Amino acid sequence: MSTLAAGLPARTTRQVRLATREPILLRAGVAIVAIGFLMLFLIVPLVAIFVEALSSGLGVYLAALREPDARSAIRLTLLTAAIAVPLNMVFGVAAAWAVTRFDFRGKGILITLIDMPFAVSPVISGLIYVLLFGLHGWLGPWLKAQDIQIIFAVPGIVLATIFVTFPFVARELIPLMQSQGAEEEESALVLGASGWQTFLRVTLPNIKWALLYGVILCNARAMGEFGAVSVVSGHIRGLTNTVPLHVEILYNEYNFAAAFAVASILTLLALLTLVARSLVEWKSRRAVPKHATLPEGEP
Amino acid sequence: MSIEARDVSKHFGAFTALDHVNLHVPTGELVALLGPSGSGKTTLLRIIAGLESPDPGSGPILFHDEDVADRRVGERRVGFVFQHYALFRHMTVFENVAFGLRVRPRADRPSRSEISERVHALLKLVQLDWLADRYPSQLSGGQRQRVALARALAVEPKVLLLDEPFGALDARVRQELRRWLRRLHDEIHVTSVFVTHDQEEALEVADRVVVMNEGKIIQVGSPAEVFHDPASEFVMQFLGRVNVFSGRVEHGKAVFDSLEWDYPEHVERRARPAKLMVRPHNLVIHAKPSGKSCFPARVTHVNAAGPTVKVELVRESGEPVFVEVTRGRYAALDLHAGNVVYVSPRELRVFVEKEDDSSIEFNRPDARDNGEARPAREGSIRDWK
Amino acid sequence: MATHAIIRRQSVLPGFGLSLGYTVLYLSLIVLLPLSALFLRAASISWSRFVETLADPRVLAALKLSFGAAFVAACVNALFGSVIAWVLVRYRFPGRRFIDAIVDLPFALPTAVAGIALTTLYAPSGWIGRLLEPLGLRVAYTELGVIVALTFIGLPFVVRTLQPVIEDLNPEMEEAAASLGARRYQIVRHVILPELLPALLTGFALAFARAIGEYGSVVFISGNMPNKTEILPLLIIIKLEQFDFAGATVLAVLMISISFMLLLAINYLQRLSGGRGRAGLA
Repeated sequence: MSTLAAGLPARTTRQVRLATREPILLRAGVAIVAIGFLMLFLIVPLVAIFVEALSSGLGVYLAALREPDARSAIRLTLLTAAIAVPLNMVFGVAAAWAVTRFDFRGKGILITLIDMPFAVSPVISGLIYVLLFGLHGWLGPWLKAQDIQIIFAVPGIVLATIFVTFPFVARELIPLMQSQGAEEEESALVLGASGWQTFLRVTLPNIKWALLYGVILCNARAMGEFGAVSVVSGHIRGLTNTVPLHVEILYNEYNFAAAFAVASILTLLALLTLVARSLVEWKSRRAVPKHATLPEGEP
Repeated sequence: MSIEARDVSKHFGAFTALDHVNLHVPTGELVALLGPSGSGKTTLLRIIAGLESPDPGSGPILFHDEDVADRRVGERRVGFVFQHYALFRHMTVFENVAFGLRVRPRADRPSRSEISERVHALLKLVQLDWLADRYPSQLSGGQRQRVALARALAVEPKVLLLDEPFGALDARVRQELRRWLRRLHDEIHVTSVFVTHDQEEALEVADRVVVMNEGKIIQVGSPAEVFHDPASEFVMQFLGRVNVFSGRVEHGKAVFDSLEWDYPEHVERRARPAKLMVRPHNLVIHAKPSGKSCFPARVTHVNAAGPTVKVELVRESGEPVFVEVTRGRYAALDLHAGNVVYVSPRELRVFVEKEDDSSIEFNRPDARDNGEARPAREGSIRDWK
Repeated sequence: MATHAIIRRQSVLPGFGLSLGYTVLYLSLIVLLPLSALFLRAASISWSRFVETLADPRVLAALKLSFGAAFVAACVNALFGSVIAWVLVRYRFPGRRFIDAIVDLPFALPTAVAGIALTTLYAPSGWIGRLLEPLGLRVAYTELGVIVALTFIGLPFVVRTLQPVIEDLNPEMEEAAASLGARRYQIVRHVILPELLPALLTGFALAFARAIGEYGSVVFISGNMPNKTEILPLLIIIKLEQFDFAGATVLAVLMISISFMLLLAINYLQRLSGGRGRAGLA
C-alpha cells in the first residue's frame, strides 16, 4: 500500500475532473453557442424594436401613441382583456378544482379538450366564429334579423380572444393542485370548515402565485393576440382595431416609426410579463418548500 | 366516547379494501390498527372520520351509540392527524392550531382572546409554545407532527384518529414521540385510534391492538395477547421474527424431522401438514444434545451488540435458524461461528393447514413441552430484521 | 395504491357538481360549439370539392412551405434548444437568470410585433440583412424568412420541455457511468441522450405543431407571394376574404386534423418521458 501511495504524489494534488462535467474548453464553447443563438434570435430583435421606435425622435414616438386611432385601439384592447381574463380565470379555477379533486369518467377527454385552443391555429380560432356568427354562418341570418352584430364588431373580438386564452389559467393550476393533493382541504373539513371557508382559506392561498401567473400570461396573450382577432375584426379603424392590428396597419402603410412605437408598448407588456413570471416563480419557490406535504402513498 | 363500526365494507373498483369489518373501541382507550400495506387500516380510519363513505349496505358508524354515518366530516367532532400532517403551509403554527376555532359560525366562535388562550395552552401541552410564529416549513418532522396533533385537539374532538402518526419520522424521533403520545393520552384520555404498519409501535403504545390483513380484522387483543397468543400464522409472522418449521400433526403429536411434541387436539391417525413456529427467544441453545426434542445446527454468525445476543445458525438440511439468547447464556456457551450446537424449542405454536384450501388456521395456542415460564418480552424485535 | 388515492377523493370535498357543471358549460359554449360549427360546415362540403381544393397548386405550394419550414425550424430548435437548456441547467455564469427569463420572450411577445421586428432586421437594408446581402443570402420575403420566424416562435417549447428533465437527471447515474470507465462523450451519448430523447421529441413536436399554425410572425417576413411564400393559415384568410367559406373550411379541417394527430403523438411522448416537462405555454 505504502509504495502505491508513494507512487502517486503528483496525482493527489491535481484536481479530480468531475464525471458530471465537460472539459472546460468544451463548456465555454457550448455556452457561447447557446448564448450567441439567444442573442441573435431574441435579444437583437428586442433591441431593434426600441431603436426603430425612437429612430425618428421622441416627439414622433409620443405622437404615435397619442393619435386618436392608437388611443381607441388601446381602449379596445384593454376592454377585451378586462372581459376575457376574469372569465377565463373563473373557468380555470373551476376546471382545476373539478379535475384535481374528483374522479369521474371522461376526465382525460376533458383535460384534452381544455388544451384544444392551444392546438388550433389562431387563424382557425377566428374562422370558427365567422362560421358560427358571420353573415354566412349558422346563426348569421338570425343575428341579422335581431340586428346583433358579432363578427366585424367588438363581441367577435372578445370571443376570439377568450378562445385563444382559454386554457392558460387552468393549465397553470392543474399540475400544481395535483401535486399539492387534497389533504390540506380534507384537514380543514375535519376541523369543521365549510366548503367555501376551505376554498378561501386553504386552497386559494396555496394556489395564489400560480393563479396570478396564469392570469398574467392570459392577459399578455389577450392583449397581444393577432391572428384570431385579425380574422374577426374587419379592421375598422377607430372601431374594431386592437393594438396589434393597429401595428399591422401602420406597418403596411410604411409608417415604420409609428408602428414600432405602438409595438414597443406591447413589447414592454411582454417584458413585464417575463419579470412577473420570474418574481412569481421565486415567490412560489419560497412559499412552497420542497419537503412540504407529500401526497399520501399508502391506503 | 366509544366508537363502533358495524359490518363495514369498502370497494375501490375491483379492489376490496374492507370486507365486512366490525370494530369496537371502548371509551378512553388508545387502539392501534395494525397491518401491512393494503390491509384496509387507513380506509377504516378514514371511514370512521367521515373522509370516506363505506359501501352502501354497510352497517352504522356509532359514536357513543349514536349513528354518525350520515353526518358530514366536519360535524363528527373528530380530530384527524394525517400521515404527512397536512399542515396549512401558508399559516403559522398559531394560525394552524386556531383554524378549527376560527372557522366556526359566529355564534359558536370563541372570542379572539379565548382563541389565543386556548391555542397557547395547546401549544404548551405539545411543548411547542415557543414556535407559535413559525411556518410549517421551518419545523422539524417531529415538531410538525405535534402541531398537527395540537390542531386536531383544538376543536375538542370526541375521538382522535391518527393515520401512521410516526410513519414519516426517523427512528430516534419516532421512539421519543411514541412514548410522548402514550403519556399525552394518559393525560387527556380521549378515545384514540391510530394506524400503523409497525408492530413494535403498536405493541408499545396501544392499550389494544387490532390486527388487520386483506380487508379483514384478524385479531383484537392487548399487546401481550396478540404477541403471545397470535390467532393465526399471519399474526405470528407479522408481530416479529419467527422460525417456521414445516412438519405435520398425527396421533396426538406434532412432528417435524425426528422431533415430536404432544398435540392432543389432533388424535386421528391421519397426518395433516402443519407449520411449527418458534420465536427466536423461545429457542434454547445447548452445547450437548439434551433430551429428545433438540436438533443439531452450526453457528454461522453471532451479533453480540445489544441487550440480547442474536445467533444465526443453519440446520443440517441448510435451513436457517435464528436464536436470541441472554448475555449470561452466551458467555456460558462460548459461541463462535462454526460451532456445532443443539437447539430445542422452549415453546412452539402449531398451525395446521386447513383441508379445504391451503390457508392455515389457528388451531391451538401453544404446545409447551415443559412448564417453563414465558419470558418477559425482550428488547427490540425489529432489530433482528 | 395510486388509484385509490385518486378515487378516494371523490367523497368528502364539496363543489363537484358546481365546478364540473360550470367547466363543461363554459367549455361547450366557447370551444365545442364553434368547433362543431366548423365540422358541420365541413360535412356539407362534397368530397370532390375537398379534393379540388387540396389539389390546387397554390394550396399544395402553401402546404409544402408550411410543413417544410415548420420542420426545418423545429429541427433547428431541437438542436439549439437542447444546447440552451443544458447550459441553463448545468452551467453557472453571470446573467443566467436573465437568459433564463428571456427564453420565454416568444411566448410573451405578440406575434405581430415579432413579425415586424424580424422583417426589419432581415430586410436587405436591415441590421442583419445588410450583412447577409453580400453573401448572396436573402432572408426577408423568402422561404428562409419563414424559417427564421418559425424558429423564433418555437424555441421556448424545446427549452422549457427539456429543462425540468435535465434538472431531474440524477448525477449519480453519470458518476456511475464514469466509475465504470466511460468517457464524458460516451456518457453523453449512452447515458444522458437516451434519457432526454422523449422530452426532446416532445419539444420538437410542440414546436412543429405551433409552427404549422403560426400566422402573425410569418406574414410580415414572408412577403406572401402566391405559390412561393404563402403559408397555409394565410391562405385560409385569403379564401375567407374572397368569401370562399368552403375552401377555408376544407383547409381548416385539414390543419385541425394534423394538429390533433400531433397532439396525440405529444401525449404519447409525454407519457414515455413519465409526464415530465411542461407542454409549453401557448
